[in-house]
Amino acid sequence: MTDAHMQGPFIAAIDQGTTSSRCIVFDRDGRIVSVDQKEHEQIFPKPGWVEHDAKEIWTNVQEVVAGAVEKAGITAADVKAIGITNQRETTLMWDKNTGEPVYNAIVWQDTRTDALCKELGRNVGQDRFRRETGLPLASYFSGPKVRWLLDNVEGLRERAEAGDILFGTMDSWVIWNLTGGAEGGVHVTDVTNASRTMLMNLRKLEWDDRILSSMEIPAAVLPEIRSSAEVYGTAKGGALAGVPVASALGDQQAALFGQTCFDQGEAKSTYGTGTFMLMNTGDEPVQSYNGLLTTVGYRIGDQKPVYALEGSIAVTGSLVQWMRDQMGLIKSAAEIETLASSVEDNGGAYFVPAFSGLFAPYWRSDARGVIAGLTRYVTKAHIARAVLEATAWQTREITDAMTKDSGVELTALKVDGGMTSNNLLMQTLSDFLDAPVVRPMVAETTCLGAAYAAGLAVGFWPDTDALRANWRRAAEWTPRMDADTRDREYKSWLKAVERTMGWIEDEE
Amino acid sequence: MARTIQSLERAAAMLRLLAGGERRLGLSDVASALGLAKGTAHGILRTLQQEGFVEQDPASGRYQLGAELLRLGNSYLDVHELRARALLWADDLARSSGESVYLGVLHQQGVLIVHHVFRPDDSRQVLEVGAMQPLHSTALGKVLCAYDPVAHSQLLEAEREAFTVRTVTALPDLEGVLDLTRARGWAADVEETWEGVASVAAPIHDRHRMPVGAVGVMGAVERVCEEGELRAQLVAAVRDCARAVSRDLGAGRF
Repeated sequence: MTDAHMQGPFIAAIDQGTTSSRCIVFDRDGRIVSVDQKEHEQIFPKPGWVEHDAKEIWTNVQEVVAGAVEKAGITAADVKAIGITNQRETTLMWDKNTGEPVYNAIVWQDTRTDALCKELGRNVGQDRFRRETGLPLASYFSGPKVRWLLDNVEGLRERAEAGDILFGTMDSWVIWNLTGGAEGGVHVTDVTNASRTMLMNLRKLEWDDRILSSMEIPAAVLPEIRSSAEVYGTAKGGALAGVPVASALGDQQAALFGQTCFDQGEAKSTYGTGTFMLMNTGDEPVQSYNGLLTTVGYRIGDQKPVYALEGSIAVTGSLVQWMRDQMGLIKSAAEIETLASSVEDNGGAYFVPAFSGLFAPYWRSDARGVIAGLTRYVTKAHIARAVLEATAWQTREITDAMTKDSGVELTALKVDGGMTSNNLLMQTLSDFLDAPVVRPMVAETTCLGAAYAAGLAVGFWPDTDALRANWRRAAEWTPRMDADTRDREYKSWLKAVERTMGWIEDEE
Repeated sequence: MARTIQSLERAAAMLRLLAGGERRLGLSDVASALGLAKGTAHGILRTLQQEGFVEQDPASGRYQLGAELLRLGNSYLDVHELRARALLWADDLARSSGESVYLGVLHQQGVLIVHHVFRPDDSRQVLEVGAMQPLHSTALGKVLCAYDPVAHSQLLEAEREAFTVRTVTALPDLEGVLDLTRARGWAADVEETWEGVASVAAPIHDRHRMPVGAVGVMGAVERVCEEGELRAQLVAAVRDCARAVSRDLGAGRF
């Protein structure tokens, strides 16, 4: 019983994240055997710029792999495959002969390519490449970051055109190093990571020549696009030498996979600092007319690719942190629930945290945050309640957009991430969505998704049905709010959202 | 007049003295202000320092009030904090035991369920967060009464209903059950609250070794028990979970 999961074989998952790198060892039931984690430095050279030292990251990855293997008390022989998941869009270029990065990795949050993106939009605007890539021209995505590096690192373009330079997102960097680096490392990326570069054609799953020439990026630097679950190579050296490297998935897609959202219409939402919701839309990419992104969900081996719609909320957990750190209304994040539970409702107050504009589905950069509906009656407890409701309403707005774009009604929402420990928030979410909200038993769905994909690739698990059988419901919240109240509250929320718009004038 | 304890009176006087301003005081200042021998004053200050009520500046050797005093006033553990810390361990307990997991704290003469993890099968289950359980008959309640003096005194006042023929309601018998609970570090409820249902629970301690809650599993008596006894592996898994949560709250190994 307790010790059954200590018997092998195992799968190791590496999560190269924005703030840290982790390695988790899983058993056949998908249970966690051991975890090791190491944070890396966030480098802020200028306002709006965010970089990572890729060499530090590779060192950390090697250390956490060794650490997790040691804590589990196992050897490489017990591990059947290594899976990779990673922070998406973060961009690195390195010399293929020496393995030396030519510049720090430019992190997805970095906004240095804002002006470049406007320029690339020419007379069409931010949707210039949307039909091919599913993405608007925005500073998150890798393509413009590659262009920036080619334009700004001395001599880089010449070296790139000569074939000495490789580009990759963090999955490519980790896999290349794991499989030997300058001595025969494989230069690959998977379809989910490639779908965030703005350089890949979503339907063909190939690099798009027209976009490459528009962005002036030489094809020689690009990795080979592979599926999310297949053996790319074997680890050379290190704690897991000889083990096949068998999956790669961007972090949000990995969570979709870990939550076993394998059917069309199944969706997951990850509640952290921000929130990312993805819905499986089956084997056809769905163009969004409601401010969502179209992306690849996953592709297993040579099976058909599975697509997803994605909506993100910029400020969720970070709003609770703001209440704690900037307002001082609570001492710990968990206390927001205590404070919010001390009142029955929001007292008429609505909090729209458009701190840096409104994102999906509005995309209004001229918006700023408001607290609306204030009266003498409102207390800090009502504001705390409004804070939690803001996360729930924003999720509702995204699910509404997904329903409009895909024509599929949400039947249940699978949730994960730190904020799922907030019982009041989860109940409110179910009330506002008018759908059940379900939390799975393994909170680490991102790593689990990478482990699942790697395990499928090497036959550790036979098929996705076996993975579904591993999925366990830890808790479920069902709607308790009557339709009239829900509709009235939603109307008030939408009124509050309207009041955020146009605050910043002369937006350039 | 009842007898008082002189060293406690002196310790209280010292704390008042140190609270009297922004000053830090040296040993001789404290001793002379209170009319004590230096050795006596030093002994009391050292004890207060060990408890965290007084801190000594390493450079000057002077004394000031310690951080522990501030914490005393508002140190209760937020139950939502407790749930957030317990989440991972409670999930794992449900998975390894195959039964549902409950986390309870003392609230109004009963056990308030602050966290509930479903039994990991595909059956329909309802989230019981916010529900109350009785103190005298459930495993969670017995653990709280055995370790938390406040819970114990509430047990004496609470109505002790006989839910089944196996419910222990007489005080002397209950005290015996609590002694046993303290001796082995866990409590059981075999059909004492609900027919056909058995549970095991163990205490969660915070960094001050204070009992802040209890965690346990509950399930059909046929699965949870073996030949009339609670399954040893299940007891071990519950105690492991309680220790893991306690460690996350800063309690030392014990």
